[in-house]
Amino acid sequence: MLERLVQLIRKELRTILGNKQGRLLLIMPIILQTALFPFAATLEVKNCTLMIYNEDGGAASLELLQRLARTAAFTRIVMAHGDGEMREALDGQKVMLTLRIPPEFSRRLLSREPAPLQIIMDGRSSNSAQIASGYVTQVANGYARERGGVPRATISQRNLYNPNLDFKWHVLPSLVAIITTIGCLIVTALSVAREREEGTFDQLLVSPLTPAYIMAGKGVPGVLVAVAQGSFIALVARWIYGVPFSGSILLLIIGMVCYGLALAGIGLFISSLCQTQQQAFLGVFSFMVPAVMLSGYVAPLENMPMALQWVARLNPLSYFIPLLKGLFLKGYGFAQAWPDLWPLVAIACCTLTVALGMFRRHIA
Amino acid sequence: MTGSSQLPPVTIRIRGLVKRFAPQGAEAIKNVTTEMRWGQITGLVGPDGAGKSTLIRMMAGLLHPTQGEIRVNGLDPRAQSGALREIIGYMPQKFGLYEELSVMENLSLYADLRNVTGVERDQGIESLLHFTDLARFTGRPAGKLSGGMKQKLGLACSLLGSPKVLLLDEPGVGIDPISRRELWKMVRKLSSTGMTVVWSTAYLDEAELCDEVRLMAHGEIKAGGPPRVLMDRMRGRSLRITGIWGNRRALLGRALASPQVMDGVIQGSSVRILLRQAGELPCLEALQAGAGASLVEAPPRLEDAFISILGGGPGGESALAAQLPLVELPPEVDPHAVIRAHRLTKRFGDFTATRDVSFTVARGEIFGLLGPNGAGKSTIFKMKCGLLKPTSGQATVMGIDLTSSPSKARQRLGYMAQKFSLYKQLSVGQNLEFFSGIYGLAGEVQREKIARMVELFNLRHYLDSPADELPLGFKQRLALACAVMHEPQILFLDEPTSGVDPVTRREFWNHINGVAEKGVTVMVTTHFMDEAEYCDRIGIVYRGELIALGTPDQLKERVASPGNPDPTMEDAFIRLVREADR
Repeated sequence: MLERLVQLIRKELRTILGNKQGRLLLIMPIILQTALFPFAATLEVKNCTLMIYNEDGGAASLELLQRLARTAAFTRIVMAHGDGEMREALDGQKVMLTLRIPPEFSRRLLSREPAPLQIIMDGRSSNSAQIASGYVTQVANGYARERGGVPRATISQRNLYNPNLDFKWHVLPSLVAIITTIGCLIVTALSVAREREEGTFDQLLVSPLTPAYIMAGKGVPGVLVAVAQGSFIALVARWIYGVPFSGSILLLIIGMVCYGLALAGIGLFISSLCQTQQQAFLGVFSFMVPAVMLSGYVAPLENMPMALQWVARLNPLSYFIPLLKGLFLKGYGFAQAWPDLWPLVAIACCTLTVALGMFRRHIA
Repeated sequence: MTGSSQLPPVTIRIRGLVKRFAPQGAEAIKNVTTEMRWGQITGLVGPDGAGKSTLIRMMAGLLHPTQGEIRVNGLDPRAQSGALREIIGYMPQKFGLYEELSVMENLSLYADLRNVTGVERDQGIESLLHFTDLARFTGRPAGKLSGGMKQKLGLACSLLGSPKVLLLDEPGVGIDPISRRELWKMVRKLSSTGMTVVWSTAYLDEAELCDEVRLMAHGEIKAGGPPRVLMDRMRGRSLRITGIWGNRRALLGRALASPQVMDGVIQGSSVRILLRQAGELPCLEALQAGAGASLVEAPPRLEDAFISILGGGPGGESALAAQLPLVELPPEVDPHAVIRAHRLTKRFGDFTATRDVSFTVARGEIFGLLGPNGAGKSTIFKMKCGLLKPTSGQATVMGIDLTSSPSKARQRLGYMAQKFSLYKQLSVGQNLEFFSGIYGLAGEVQREKIARMVELFNLRHYLDSPADELPLGFKQRLALACAVMHEPQILFLDEPTSGVDPVTRREFWNHINGVAEKGVTVMVTTHFMDEAEYCDRIGIVYRGELIALGTPDQLKERVASPGNPDPTMEDAFIRLVREADR
């Protein structure tokens, strides 16, 4: 019977890769996303405009201005000449934040009194504005310190695993997970629905193949596609974007296979509920979006309500992304990878069992 | 033909029409020149892919010709599409209804689309509801109507705004003969008021009812004229061999091999043949028809004319059957009940799809399930091959229940799904490899088997092309090849010949006859009345029940009356269904 399974897998790969559209469908998204994601999905603030209303005009304020102008975050500095102008600029989203240097700033600094500054931010883009205001605060504090201003406890920062806080180091390992998710789900869920639509599924059911074989014939190609796509992105991350890979390659592959199996189970489960490709497509999306949201990629899981954190524990993506980051950035060995690996294996066992049950029931 | 002075005026004129879908692509319509007349029903007749729909869509202005011209009531569908829309009614395949909307909502929507307003609208809808007898169902969603009612509603929608020209694209597909007769009556009434009707169909028996037909194949009109005239030309060439002793399938094979015979089919217990020349008869003794056999002249059919135009049938040899071994059933299997259905019932929720169906099929028998779409024949069929579990009752094949699914039993089945379900993206060779592979053929045996199938079904030319791009007839051949490569002992065929031309159908049935001779048990579903007569026994399925079971001749005899001593299968069907309704 093993040869029949080989036939099934070969057929599946041929249907996926045999024609131009099929190949494009699997390859184009990877190329596009690896080209776009690292630049588009960044939380760093660069090249933004800062508006300054300098009511002081003293030497100290000019010095501060020049220091701000030198930072990478603010490529443009616009001077305001009144409160109204500042408000307008924020209203029209021309700037994300404004800095107001009150009169007496230089004098207070000279006389070693506390010299307050005011930052007004656009709350609509709270995240970026907060990050940008952090830069401003950093510059102002630095300057105050040098001038021997109010002495403060100094904090020295060091970023472990990603010393320069390069955002690509965060995005690309996660991208390995996200793209394999799409690929694997499409191959499993949609291909069964397509066979249903075209009537070939009945042909398979009438043949001597058992439901387990038919399922394996769909699942294995799904895993193969996931591993191929994941490896491609991992290579791009390492060699084109220069993200360090410090873990074990074998573990990476084992991780991808386990994750692929977990997904194949989910894909086949979706397919057993759907009659048409359209339904399967919707099913894939209604899994994909929450799965990415609850993976810790977009927002930290710790900030979510307890109930969602519990749901996130059932989500294979919330183990696979930390595993990938560990393998890339933290030099994971087997011992460190195990806490993320066994849940993947457990989820795979569950989803595949449920999918097989659904498959059997559906035939009856 | 009558003199031209008596002919009604021409309403649709087509000159040198050519249609290509890609600039360098093949011609879907090749230089068609024809005309259609006022108050007549003109049938566009041919298999799927002959170009019927393309031609109708060009008349409706939905496609533009690559070359040549069309005038509908003097209007150019391309330049004067606005004016054209006012005078035509068009019913696309599958009726073009919105399934979620009710009957009334569909009618109102079409009235809006056609800008029928005010009193005209209310009266129009009311008279159409009356005309189609749908007034009782105005609130029902179109998707919940039966095939026949859907089609009436589709017709009603296309009739809003009192069109002068009515274009019907395969209105007769998949509905039962009773609804079809009603539809004909309605359309006949319309044409008698001066409406020009174009009716496309793949059924040649249906086309016999038209005033005029255009026989189409490969994008060309091969012949045209009133069906009576075309059939009269065949007079004396259609014969029936009756009173046959012994095996009529073997006799058909011998008849087809004789030089005088152009074509032939099984018809109940007789064999119907078509001669190359009227009067040149084959020798009954040479055919070994038996002492009681005689040749009787049969009324010609339009199908005879079409086959004659296409150059005759494919001959009687089945190279497929020739290389199959004789089926040896395991000793524990009862040869009289290789397939057995015992009180099969299937319910989906509160809907009973089939009720209490019982029958048996013997070794080497061809058993047909005949019925309109939605009658439940597919449900019975699926339960028989283990795709559906019966709610109650038993379905066994060789004494084994397939839903509890021992793979070994399924190894003995061959299955050909509706619409020739193949892997479209895979090439012909890859399909053959896959299907033989999942039935456990491997290595040298597999290669040899595939090579033989390719040769047998003449697939060499297409070996590397995707199955999707094959002409329909070749798709059917490939599907059959895939179903029989593992030498099954039972063959399940679900609507195996829908849409293919008559010659390809003949060829297909040659193979089926051949494999049945080798002891393969065949179960087939069909909605072709004449095809039902190729079977040894048929069961008529209607509203989920098996309302009649017997040989074609027995069923026909049951309805014979002094008024109709020699009823057709369709007559028998209609009578039996009416009796069941009572």
